[in-house]
Order: sequence, then structure tokens, then C-alpha cells
Amino acid sequence: MNSQASLFQYILKIADNQLILGHRLSEQCSKGPFLEEDIACSNIALDLIGAANSLYIYAAAIEGENKTEDDLVFLRSERAFRNVLLVEQPNTDFAYIMCRQFLFDTYDYFFQLALQKSKDETLAAIAAKTIKESTYHLRHSGNWIIRLGDGTAESNTRLKAAFTNLWCYVEELFEQDAAELDLVAQGIAVDTQLIKSQFNSHIAEIMQTAGMEIPTGIFMQSGGKKGVHTEYLGFLLAEMQSVHRSFPGVKW
Amino acid sequence: MNSLKLDENQLIENFEAKLAKNEMIEPKDWMPAQYRKHLIRQISQHAHSEIIGMQPEGNWITRAPSMRRKMVLLAKVQDEAGHGLYLYSAAESMGISREEMLDQLHTGAAKYSSIFNYPTLTWADMGAIGWLVDGAAIMNQVMLQRTSYGPYARAMVRICKEESFHQRQGYEIMNVLATGSVEQKEMAQDALNRWWWPSLMMFGPRDEESPNSEQAIKWKIKRETNDQLRQRFVNQTVSQVEKIGLVVPDKAIKWNEAKNEYDFGEINWDEFWTVVKGNGPCNKVRIANKIKSHEEGAWVREAANAHAEKNNKTKAA
Amino acid sequence: MNDSQGILWEVFIQSKPGQPHKHAGSVHAHDNEMALQNARDLYCRRSEGTNLWVVPASEIVASSPEDIGSFFEPSNDKVYRHPTFYSVPEGITHM
Repeated sequence: MNSQASLFQYILKIADNQLILGHRLSEQCSKGPFLEEDIACSNIALDLIGAANSLYIYAAAIEGENKTEDDLVFLRSERAFRNVLLVEQPNTDFAYIMCRQFLFDTYDYFFQLALQKSKDETLAAIAAKTIKESTYHLRHSGNWIIRLGDGTAESNTRLKAAFTNLWCYVEELFEQDAAELDLVAQGIAVDTQLIKSQFNSHIAEIMQTAGMEIPTGIFMQSGGKKGVHTEYLGFLLAEMQSVHRSFPGVKW
Repeated sequence: MNSLKLDENQLIENFEAKLAKNEMIEPKDWMPAQYRKHLIRQISQHAHSEIIGMQPEGNWITRAPSMRRKMVLLAKVQDEAGHGLYLYSAAESMGISREEMLDQLHTGAAKYSSIFNYPTLTWADMGAIGWLVDGAAIMNQVMLQRTSYGPYARAMVRICKEESFHQRQGYEIMNVLATGSVEQKEMAQDALNRWWWPSLMMFGPRDEESPNSEQAIKWKIKRETNDQLRQRFVNQTVSQVEKIGLVVPDKAIKWNEAKNEYDFGEINWDEFWTVVKGNGPCNKVRIANKIKSHEEGAWVREAANAHAEKNNKTKAA
Repeated sequence: MNDSQGILWEVFIQSKPGQPHKHAGSVHAHDNEMALQNARDLYCRRSEGTNLWVVPASEIVASSPEDIGSFFEPSNDKVYRHPTFYSVPEGITHM
């Protein structure tokens, strides 16, 4: 892969994470546990989709094939999406939603923090804007982890189930392939190995406050970054892309 | 202090004097029981409409055909949640809790705008709703900025300010479709055909069949009648339809030079009452969805309560 | 009165640094932090603020409308508290 192509793929990885998680969260709009939380989740979804949009615009420019951000979102199929498996997992219940959010938000906070120092100025600038949002997202989901862990027996049980079932997707967040390592060497990509300990200690701190234990003995899944997804993504994309693809080439 | 209290007649006199001077009634002011009752019903109904109104559009957030449309639609539906919330707060200032209002919605005791009992079938419906439904709602809401109850009027000022983009984004969607491919234009016309009449129905029954209207106008809750607002909506919308090359689905529509307004056809009042009485195409599913998310959220609210109580105890200890 | 929608909080927003906080509206929330976040998500979606206060509605002490005469009218005739009460020779500025 030449370096433009690997930069393109790298941007897609970041953008796809933001888009797919934002999309999942947007599915919850009007279904929140109470009105204020509904609004909060829509806000976070909007932040994520907005960040993805800036990244797709940049990715399209790097690719240099005269495509738009919409081409990248609506005309790529499942195997071309580069998001991690975690973000495509369904909205099983509010505990899953917040657990998924908390794991991703923690990763994303340290990731964006580091990406601000990228030698790629556009990525650094997008990260500088995104970090403010990520900071808030993490505060929001971290608080919910504490509330649900500490709240009632039922909320604790549900949260525990969510952590147990989503923990298998944690390791993939930090995976790097050869092309990405090459970008790390050039000072463009974030070395995810370096943010892993920060991730672990923040997760441990919040989970301890919440009275939760970190799941152990879980077999780790991966594949999303290579375009090998869980079955959920296909349905998500089928829905997301249906109108756009119904009349090819028109304006919306 | 009882000796300092005014008697009922003086209270009514003061209240009416305030209205006469166009002063706002505030939560702690004395007000007739019927005024309070009328407003609680109207404001909570208005709030419920915002909340139920999230569903027909919420349907399409995940299918919006471009990133721009996706973000705009999500922001719009989110605004509706916010507006429901402002309105619930305004009603709460009259002494009813949000719990009680939700309960009335879930049990069917409280109504909401019938327009949201029609299904959203194509992407063009997002255009039609923003343009026509929000357009009709804005007519009403602009008037309500001068309503006599302070918290309601203030909520309306904020809502009108925030909603100014809602109608534009809808018209933009329609314009793009109407000037797009043949299929897109068909989609736009079809949406207009389906939403035109229900939008006119949003202004409520004809004045002579609207028993609450007269009192509401006397109390300055409403400043204009259903028919006045409906006429103004038709007057301003017809040219918007023509501008983008679509056709108003009413053969009777005709400019009346003498009256300086449009004549338009008769609304199907049977359909109107059918939907109001709960037999519209989506009445049942809208409420069922609302109850489902309320029930599924119960354990979350309980957990948040339990956590807050534990924290308070720790602090007190 | 912790019903399942949380308690009612009043929200005050400072629109710019140095400005006073103004009442914006209310939110429901179960705890302090949630009240702040909900207020932020509801009332600051369009860059309305730089700082927020949230106060449980039940903690606010308000004067009652009947007090309007005895509380506020006595100050109406104390015009000497306003600078325009005093005359200064023409041409005097910065005062």
C-alpha cells in the first residue's frame, strides 16, 4: 500500500467508528428512559456523526477520486467498512448502550488526545475539535456506569451482563496492522499501544467506583478493522443506505 | 394573615384587569380554576404532540439519504424532545407533575395532535412534515408567544426561535426532490398529496364547532381563531407549492380577488373526527411505542434514584 | 418528591463571562451531576452559555404576587437613589 492509500484507510477506520456508533445511538432517538437522557444521547450521536463527516470529507480528498463524503458512507458495502466490532453491537438495553459507550468513549478520549499531536495537520485539527466532545461523552457515560453499578440489584445485574458480553471487543480497539504501524512511524497515526495503560486505569477506576469487576477469562474477538464484521453491521448498512441507493446518482 | 386576603370577586376582578392590560399571568398569581384547567390541558397536549411527533420523523433518521440530511433530521427530532420538555415544565408550573401528564398520555386520557397518527412512508414525507406540519404548527406557535400565561408564552418564544430552521429544512428537501429525477418528483407530489389535508386539519375544527375557542380567546390564551390561522396558512403555502412545480391536491383552490385570499375545498371532517377519536392509521402504534420505551426505562430511572438516595445518605451521615 | 422522573431543577445560564446568570428554564434530573449535564444538553445546544447553575426548584424561596405592593412599590418614590435626580451644570461630563 502506498502512503496515501494507507492514510485513506486509516482515516476510514477512525471515521467508521464514529459513524457506526453515532448511528447506533441515533436509533435510540425517542426511545430513551426519560426525556432528558433522550436528548443527551441524541447530542452525543450528533457529535459522533459530525466528527465522522469531517473525517469522510478529508478521506475523500486524500483518495482523490472525486468522491464525496456521502459516496463513502452510502456506497461502500459491508466488507469495506473498517469500524471495530464494538461500535456495531446492538442496543440490547440501556446498560449495553452505556457500557458500549463507556468502553468506546474511554478509548476515544485517549485516542483523540494523542491524535492532536499527529504530524498530519488536518487529522490533528479534527482531533482538537473532537477531544472536547469526547471529554464530555466520557463524563456522561462514566457517570452512568457508576449510577447503574451502584443503583439497584437489577441495574447492577444488567450492567454486569453488558460488560461480560461486550468485553470481548476491547482488545480490537488497540490492534494495529503493518500499514498503520508505518503511519505510526511517520508520526501520523496514534500508537494505540501507548494509550492502552491509560485506558485500563480509567476503566478500572470507574468500575471500582461503580462496584463492578473487570471481566476475566474472556476470549477476544476481532475483525472489524479488516472488514470482517459481526452479522449486525449488514442490517445496519442495509437500513442506512436504502434510500440513498434507491435512485443511483441523484441529489438528495 | 387571612384578614389580608382578598375575596373571590376581587380576585376575579384583578385577574381580568390584568388580562385587559395585556399583562401576563404568572404561576403564583391567582387564576380561575377553569383557566388553570384549560391551560393544563392545552399545554400538556402541546407537549405530548412534540413527544409523539418525534416518532414519525425518528423513523427516518437511520435512513436519511445523506450525511447532511441525517444530522439535520436528528437535530430536528432532538429539538422536538427539547420543546416537549419546555412545555412539560410550563405545565408543571401550574401544579401538575410530569409523571401525571405521562400517565394521561399513556392511558389515552390526554390527546396530542392528530397529524402524528399518519404514517411516514417515503423520504419525501420528511420534506412534507417539515414544510407543512411544522409550517402549520409555527402559525399557531407564533400566536402563542403572546398567550396570557407567562411560562407558556416564554416557552413559545424559545420554541419559535429554535424551530425557525425546521420548516426551511423541510422545504429544502421538497425542493430538491421536486426538481430532481422523475421518480423523486413523483415522491414529492405523493407526499404533498398525503400531508396537505391533514396539515389543514391541524388547526382544529371550524370555529362554530370549537366550543373551547371562545373562552380561550376571552382569556387571551388564543389570540386568533382556528379558521383565521388555517386561512393564513393556505394563503402563504399555495405559492410555495407552485414555486417548486408541485400541485396543491385541491381542485377548489382558487385566488379570490374580492376577499384577497384563497378559496379552498372542504376538509373531510369525518376523517378528522375518526383520527381524533383514536382510529387513525397510527394512533395505537404511537402510544404502544411510547409506553414500551417508558416501561423499558423504568429500571434505569429506579437505578438513578437509588444511586442519588445512597449518595444523599452518605452526605448526611 | 423523587418521582421516577427525578426532581425538578431550575437552570440559570451565564451567556458570556462577566455577565449575570439568567433563568433559562427547568430540567428533571436525579442527581447534581445529571442536572448539570441535562441543563447543558437542553439549554446550551446553540452556544447559549459559558457557565451554568442548577438549583433544586424546591430550594428556591420566592416572594408572592400579593407582596407586589408592600415589597416593591415603596421604592418607587425614592427617586433620590437614581443619578438623574441630581442636576449638574451644563457641559459637565464623566459624572
